[in-house]
Amino acid sequence: MNYHWNWHIFLDPNPMGTGTYLDMLLAGLWLTIKTSLLAWIIALISGSIVGVMRTLPSKPANWFGFAYVEFFRNMPLLVQLFLWFFVLPELLPRSAGLWLKQLPNAPFWTAAIGVGLFMSARVAVQLQAGIGSLPRGQRQAATALGLTTLQTYRYVLLPMAYRIVLPPLTSEFLSTIKNTAVAITIGLLELTGEARSMQEFSFQVFEAFTAATVLYLVINIIVVTLMRLIERRVAIPGYISGK
Amino acid sequence: MFGNFDFDVISRSLPYLFREGMTFTLTLTALSASGGLIFGTLIALMRLSGYRLLGFVAGAYVDFMRSLPLVLVIFWFYFLVPYIGQWLTGASRPISVGAFASSLITFIMFEAAYFSEIMRAGIQSISKGQPAAAQALGLNYRQTMRYVVLPQAFRNMLPVLLTQTIVLFQDTSLVYVLSIPDFLGAASKVAQRDGRLVEMYLFAALVYFAISCIASFCVRRLQTRIAIVR
Repeated sequence: MNYHWNWHIFLDPNPMGTGTYLDMLLAGLWLTIKTSLLAWIIALISGSIVGVMRTLPSKPANWFGFAYVEFFRNMPLLVQLFLWFFVLPELLPRSAGLWLKQLPNAPFWTAAIGVGLFMSARVAVQLQAGIGSLPRGQRQAATALGLTTLQTYRYVLLPMAYRIVLPPLTSEFLSTIKNTAVAITIGLLELTGEARSMQEFSFQVFEAFTAATVLYLVINIIVVTLMRLIERRVAIPGYISGK
Repeated sequence: MFGNFDFDVISRSLPYLFREGMTFTLTLTALSASGGLIFGTLIALMRLSGYRLLGFVAGAYVDFMRSLPLVLVIFWFYFLVPYIGQWLTGASRPISVGAFASSLITFIMFEAAYFSEIMRAGIQSISKGQPAAAQALGLNYRQTMRYVVLPQAFRNMLPVLLTQTIVLFQDTSLVYVLSIPDFLGAASKVAQRDGRLVEMYLFAALVYFAISCIASFCVRRLQTRIAIVR
């Protein structure tokens, strides 16, 4: 191979004048973390609402949940981001569209909301499966005790369902982090984006991508370790995962 | 809101979108799914082989691939494949690999990790009596896998494999980052040339949506039809 390795490149100043190339990558890492956390909050909240709607004893709620999940699941994330970023401002009334376009950090907000909604469909499916896996007697017992539907979900079904679906939710969170890399296409300079621009400026392709790869692996290991700890704390006694 | 919607730009570019773009997308999807399935099955067999080292290597590969974003993997292979080609062929300089070959290798290597997890679950779902009976009949490991275990694992996992293929179909749109004219890339080229982002992106979204919806509906039908009565 006649590729010229140069690991010292990370300490060279970057052409943006914001410190070294390493600082550039770390800024990207920080943006990846920020975007994925915001996206995950959006995904959890809207995914939970939709997931619950799909299990409610109400036809319109079921139907809405079904349509929501199909809508967000059957389009590539990249296309969804384009819809939010390029198409939505044009379809809104003129003033609202203009406001959206001039928003500072537009790629960040678009990425967080776009990835969040994309993932929310997956969260909804997981939560629905979790609620569905509970024995029928739980809901019936709650009804027999005179709990309203809201109380049944709040005190009986959801506390169990969330703890059951925690392991799959962990992998959905990891997907959220990975999916923020798609936002490179709308100009978000997150970790992959910064590695890409470092490669374009310095021509040190493999060093840049190796650094990004290592950082992604580290994020993964941290998240998995943390979630295993939480999973062990909240495991339901009597289930395989419990004590 | 659709007052100045230009349907003409869509109908004008239909031949280009489908003959070039969609053909690229579908070919890439089909070939990557087949390649991913073959390599995925091999990786799954390695993990379940009982040889520590083989299992470790296969497991590490799967975990590694699954913790990276696809976009980063696409970039990796785009730059790495020419060097691997040089190393394999002994050429004096990195060989140039076409856009299609580069993305095909990327998707096969990436999807192999995901398919291997599905196949592993499929193989593990088969009762122990099956390979035991095969061994009692005098079949060797290869025959046991080929004639007894894998056909059943494949059949049990067919709906999941097909669902993963739909995900793969959507993920191929990410070759956009290499400016390759797949379906979305073609739509985006027309969109930027004619300044018709709204029409083209909405149309692309609609096409992806329709294909994925129909495909997942078919998978659901298939699932109920091929379910084995136990």
